[in-house]
Amino acid sequence: MSATAATPSAAIPGLGRRIGSLRKERRWALITAYISLVIAAIVMLAPPLYMLLTSLKTSAEISNPVGTPWIVRHPTLENYWALISDPMFRGFFFNSLKVTVCVVVLTMVISVLAAFSLARMKFFGSQVLATGVFLTYLVPDTLLFIPLYQIVGAVGLLNSTWGLVLVYPTLTVPFCTWIMIGYFASIPKELDEAALIDGANWMQMLTKIFIPVALPGIIAATIFAFTVSWAAFVYPTAFITRPDEMPLTIGVVSQLIRGDTFAWGQLMAGALLAALPPVVVYAFLMDYYIAGLTAGATKG
Amino acid sequence: MALDATTVTAAGPAAAPPRTGVTLHRIARRRSTIAFLMALPLIAVIAGLVAWPAGYAIYLSTLNRRMTSFIGLDNFQILLESETFRMVIWQSCIFAISAVVLKALLGFWLAHMLHHIPTKGQRIWRGLLLLPWVVPPALSTLGWWWMFDPSYSSLNWLLNAVGAPSVPWLGEPGWARASVIIVNVWAGTPFFMIMYLAALKSVPDQLYEAAAIDGATGWQGLRYVTLPMMRNIISITVLFSLIVTFANYDIVRVLTNGGPRDLTHVFASYAFQVGVLSGNIPRGAAVSLFMFPLLAVVAFFILRGVNQRNREMA
Repeated sequence: MSATAATPSAAIPGLGRRIGSLRKERRWALITAYISLVIAAIVMLAPPLYMLLTSLKTSAEISNPVGTPWIVRHPTLENYWALISDPMFRGFFFNSLKVTVCVVVLTMVISVLAAFSLARMKFFGSQVLATGVFLTYLVPDTLLFIPLYQIVGAVGLLNSTWGLVLVYPTLTVPFCTWIMIGYFASIPKELDEAALIDGANWMQMLTKIFIPVALPGIIAATIFAFTVSWAAFVYPTAFITRPDEMPLTIGVVSQLIRGDTFAWGQLMAGALLAALPPVVVYAFLMDYYIAGLTAGATKG
Repeated sequence: MALDATTVTAAGPAAAPPRTGVTLHRIARRRSTIAFLMALPLIAVIAGLVAWPAGYAIYLSTLNRRMTSFIGLDNFQILLESETFRMVIWQSCIFAISAVVLKALLGFWLAHMLHHIPTKGQRIWRGLLLLPWVVPPALSTLGWWWMFDPSYSSLNWLLNAVGAPSVPWLGEPGWARASVIIVNVWAGTPFFMIMYLAALKSVPDQLYEAAAIDGATGWQGLRYVTLPMMRNIISITVLFSLIVTFANYDIVRVLTNGGPRDLTHVFASYAFQVGVLSGNIPRGAAVSLFMFPLLAVVAFFILRGVNQRNREMA
């Protein structure tokens, strides 16, 4: 650059070359981008793909590998069939479903009410509470599971899915409240003034204005609560030892691994089936999912 | 539901004819009362399920194994004197720091690459690359565990196919530690990518145009435009991920369960081992409390970053 600027006579051919090189640079940047993305996609998708391949193999094919393990020679659905017809696995699924639905409903009621109150109807200490919500979000479950183990034990809910319903809100409520505060705070004040003039009370204002306007935020928060309670692992591992009360995550990890001869095909099929609901939700609601993910920092 | 009923009845009289300053004051007071009632379930969750257990953990950690008598800081002292626990501290720090640095760099790189390609194609790539973040980590780690399996490792097959020797993924301490980090980076990179991509998109194009007119190279644009504009999100994301990674449990539990020879334990998995599996609740609580100082420091900086950002955006 300094070379072309040094002598005016050299500037014009230099300029021509620079424009050409700019286009070339752009093309190279694009090629680099695609190469990086393809490599990244291969790395990111290889483990789930290999799980899928394994789940389609028979035990005989898994234990006597001939050639590459990355292709399926005799695809079969027997692993999936064995799981679906297994009452224990169906039990895991229903436990997960029960806990997740309860937790999502509970979380959304708690956090929408609280976020509305914190974003709009300040009260003594509400600012401190908003900061407190954020700090609670930063407290990891692995710091709390031992005292909670004692507390849940004292309430008599160890080995019960209801114990999970009790403690999962620690995972979901702080973040959901936090992003709902952000969404509610971005609604213009004129809207609630108009509602107040029309004689709406606070409850009507929340249900008739805030919830409809902030619907994308509510969907994002619901997806978050769903994903987190479906994937929760620390609490069920600590609190549940009876197979009939286990949700999917710990059920697949602890019950499908039996003895030394692993039923790998079945294990992978189980893991994939267990991972399916969040993936399906994600596939259909990706934009909300990403909005929720980034809301914590970009809306803050 | 009970809460709805109380707020509605409390809100009813608020519409009564406002006459003097006293009534106005009462309305204001009522408004704050309603607000408080609406926030009450949240307060109950925070106080009852986070603050109280956290305090209870501190109390528990000062008891003896049978939880019958107070022994002060003995649990902490015993832990610090044990060789295994000092290894756990080391391993937790190595694991968290290297995983977070790798995730941040890879995430930044991928976000940039994604930002470079035409907008039309970004959606599908973003969708594919975010998949590891969506699958519950305990389950995707099972897949990795199977890929690392000593006798049937598909990764070793790939390595052998290109002429490299097999790797004892989970059998040897050094490789086991690397494996745990690899899986964590695999699962966590998409989060960084998506955060950085959102941040990159929020940088106004005019800034780059202005920089280009001033003769900035691509590298200078990155250094003097992108990074300063993203500084806040980068630091919040890194600090946040530091907490989550530091407190990670799923991956270690499924992949190595702390082995070989307790060398891959991190705080969470060791606390679980000591507190729940070996039944020494007070010492387990002490182990997990060791995470607290780091979390407090990191939380302080995150809060500062978030507040700064709010001020900038206001």
